Amino acid sequence: MPAIPLAKAPQPAATNPEQIRNFCIIAHIDHGKSTLADRMLGITGVVEARNMRAQYLDRMDIERERGITIKSQAVRLPWKSGIDGKEYILNMIDTPGHVDFTYEVSRSLAACEGAILLVDCAQGIEAQTLANLYLAMENNLTIIPVLNKIDLPAAQPEKFAIELSKLVGCKPEDCLRVSGKTGNGVEELLDQIVAQIPPPKGDPNASARALIFDSVYDTYRGVVTYVRVVDGHLSPREQIQMFSTGVKHELLDIGVISPEPVSSKGLGVGEVGYLITGVKDVRLSRVGDTVTTFHKPTKNALSGYKDPKPMVFSGLYPIDGDEYPMLRDALDKLQLNDAALVYEPETSAALGFGFRCGFLGLLHMEIVRERLEREFNLTLISTAPNVVYRVTKEGGEEVIVTNPSEYPSGKVDKVLEPIVRATILSPTDFIGTIMELCQQRRGTLNGMDYLSEDRVEIRYTLPLAEIVFDFFDQLKSRTKGYGSLDYEPIGEAEGDLVKVDILLQGETVDAFSSIVHREKAYPYGVMMTTKLRELIPRQQFEVPIQAAIGAKIIARENIRAIRKDVLAKCYGGDITRKRKLLEKQKEGKKRMKMVGRVEVPQEAFIAALSTNADAESGKVKK
Amino acid sequence: MPRVERSRSNVSPRLSFYVHIPYCVKRCGYCDFNTYTPAELQGPDLAAVSANYIDAVIQEIEMASSSVGNAEVPTIFFGGGTPSLMPSADLARVISAIREKFELANDAEITIEVNPDSVSEQFLAHMREAGANRISMGMQSAAPHVLETLDRTHKPVNVARAVEQARKNGYEHVSVDLIYGTPGESFADWKTSVESALALPIDHISAYALIVERGTKLAAQVARGELVMPSDDETAEKYLYADESFEAAGFTWYELSNWSKPGGECRHNIAYWDGSFWWGAGPGAHSYFGSERWWNIKHPKSYQERIAKNESPIQEKENLTPENKADEFILLQIRRREGILHSQMSSSQISLAEKFVSSGDLDRESWAQNKLVLSKNGRLIADRIVRELVL
Repeated sequence: MPAIPLAKAPQPAATNPEQIRNFCIIAHIDHGKSTLADRMLGITGVVEARNMRAQYLDRMDIERERGITIKSQAVRLPWKSGIDGKEYILNMIDTPGHVDFTYEVSRSLAACEGAILLVDCAQGIEAQTLANLYLAMENNLTIIPVLNKIDLPAAQPEKFAIELSKLVGCKPEDCLRVSGKTGNGVEELLDQIVAQIPPPKGDPNASARALIFDSVYDTYRGVVTYVRVVDGHLSPREQIQMFSTGVKHELLDIGVISPEPVSSKGLGVGEVGYLITGVKDVRLSRVGDTVTTFHKPTKNALSGYKDPKPMVFSGLYPIDGDEYPMLRDALDKLQLNDAALVYEPETSAALGFGFRCGFLGLLHMEIVRERLEREFNLTLISTAPNVVYRVTKEGGEEVIVTNPSEYPSGKVDKVLEPIVRATILSPTDFIGTIMELCQQRRGTLNGMDYLSEDRVEIRYTLPLAEIVFDFFDQLKSRTKGYGSLDYEPIGEAEGDLVKVDILLQGETVDAFSSIVHREKAYPYGVMMTTKLRELIPRQQFEVPIQAAIGAKIIARENIRAIRKDVLAKCYGGDITRKRKLLEKQKEGKKRMKMVGRVEVPQEAFIAALSTNADAESGKVKK
Repeated sequence: MPRVERSRSNVSPRLSFYVHIPYCVKRCGYCDFNTYTPAELQGPDLAAVSANYIDAVIQEIEMASSSVGNAEVPTIFFGGGTPSLMPSADLARVISAIREKFELANDAEITIEVNPDSVSEQFLAHMREAGANRISMGMQSAAPHVLETLDRTHKPVNVARAVEQARKNGYEHVSVDLIYGTPGESFADWKTSVESALALPIDHISAYALIVERGTKLAAQVARGELVMPSDDETAEKYLYADESFEAAGFTWYELSNWSKPGGECRHNIAYWDGSFWWGAGPGAHSYFGSERWWNIKHPKSYQERIAKNESPIQEKENLTPENKADEFILLQIRRREGILHSQMSSSQISLAEKFVSSGDLDRESWAQNKLVLSKNGRLIADRIVRELVL
């Protein structure tokens, strides 16, 4: 058995870099990454069978329930190679699989020399995996193509081996075949990691340089910083220094994850582990920064990462206005763990006090919202997501618009909107319908490649706003669920955009304003007015619902005045019942929002605002 | 028995009596009242059922007496169920018991609800002798197919006959109940019902929009799609038509579902709305005295068992807080033509009500005289206005 008892395995701070292999797993959601990781934990003996639980490394409830990984992790696995019989240390750095978290993926990649490209051999490669594969190749990582789920009856390893080999540039027979579920082929994979992935290189005698690839807030221990040591050595009780800020920290604990944290005598060249300094704010231990020692600081930082830039914005409001301070505290806490989350207070006439929040993408938005509701017990309403616009007014003044209500009311010279390069993978049957969708969404075709006889990669340039609006849902339904999407921001382009306002009884409902392409303004107006007519209960007066561009009305619906809201009978036995009903309605009243004189139930806002987010959550939920 | 507050003054409190008769020949599909058919009660015959039941009611009246002490009784109302199903002698015993235990006012209003089919001239004559002076008749509709949907068994012609008989026997006040908005009722059907009612020698009309109560046969039929409830707009039109017709015939609305000729108002029902005290005797009946409201156990059998053991038949009791009372004041008083004085409203309620003045839901003239009174259209949305004012 090639597993080595932990105590006898090479120890941290005393492991020759030659014995170390740092790798990550690139895979799409549901392609079995966490199951394979679980299997590796078992086979290498770091987790005993009786302590095993599914998706061992996914710690957040949301991660486990949705079957996705949000935060990366690093686990130290001892392994005795079945090929040369020598002992090795494998550091498995877990990576998120979703497009929103490309940023986190790139962090993980920078800490590795190799990557396992894991593909479900019943489904083939997905667009996001492809994007991450390209990212890994750009980082000069050694790629080990692996076909997973070979135990499935629908498995087509031959077909997908050809596809993978084309992408990676190897022979189909070089693709390993494993089953995370049964464990079949996993030992061979571990051996191949040792054989194919180069050991880390670094100078043990140079000043210490370690790259921060993750920084996580833990209630008990404060910020836990994950690092990969490149040169030199970090030791316990040593003063460390952050290169970018020069701030010095006491090192309270240093160790490795295996897969629970274990303190160590330090970390040497090529090793991956954690640092605890007692700081409470992840921003003081910034991802991408270089850690060095105070007494012998380095002069050259490692190349870090770009700060993640929020791409999608949405207003988050507590349904119960009293929960506003709780929402603020909750966002503060989440930000400790999620440097990509930005927010600032915002007031909506319709929704009250809340925050305008910036996210990496739609999934990120969904997850933040879900964590706020679940971990902080808040009930929230969120506005339709939008992107950031740069609007130049007639006099040349530029306005950054992250909320449609900030859109200048006067004449506008030009509007710049973010655009992305989108990659769509799909069976060839759906090329026509995908192209039609992308054309509708103002896309420009950049090219198309056949991955295999019946699978195609289609590349488009699209405005991000079009993707944010229901694109993924459309793609899934048009491709019967087979299409997959990845996108990356590539800059800005001028767009013929207008702001459409929705008015209830002449009052603009800021939460429903949207910036859309001029040609889409009318359909948007009709869609919203029709929807609201269904959702808003009849009032004691007629309520016109209008969609307008500036002062110009483009669509209109009417909610007729209510005619009857009274119970005909009220005698002795009815009085208590009636009063109790009234008391119950007092509760319901809290959930009503007033727009001018119009009473709008929260449910109407939620229903009118929910479509896009729902589509997005459908994509990750299994 | 409830320990209720006794009036501190030497003047006796006033206490109205509601006497529940929980029996019907047949249960109507829309009705959620606490009624039972003789078959359901497996009684040997109605006369015996009645005698035993009335014994229990009289015992509860005695309990009321020891609980409240002396009180003046301005009104008695026999409701149900179908009081006219009972032998008149039994109902007369109840009146005697109240007269014996309390001070029955000289001008007391004593109402009997009757079914046009089951009421006999003899019954009417006997009850008149016993002191009853007001008849309330369940007419519901003049359209046979509407009555059928409602499961009513009476023949429309019997209504006129029964009203005539009541008049002949010296009943000062006769009222009919109408129901509108029954599935399948056309506007013409409703017109016929309204006209038929107005052709009768009556001085009071109650007209109710049909309510689909949970758990009724009607609710199940609607849920299954066998019956389709009319739109609110249609029902509202029927209300406005009825109001107009009644007013034209000399009836004035005094509560949003009740119209009367001058002096024909039902004083018993007004007692429910103006915060007076009332004692409901019989299973499921509600009572209000002091700051307490309570209601009796629902099933006649358990009710009688409790009484037989000299135990209180009360199922549950609530103590009304000042806030409860304030809410009830608004929700009841707003239904009345009398309306609510500005001096009885908080300043925020007055300003909340302003918008209903401008929307035409409150009567402008009354408002100018510092009084909140619903307009015709306002009556149709009374519950909504209440919500605005008290929430």
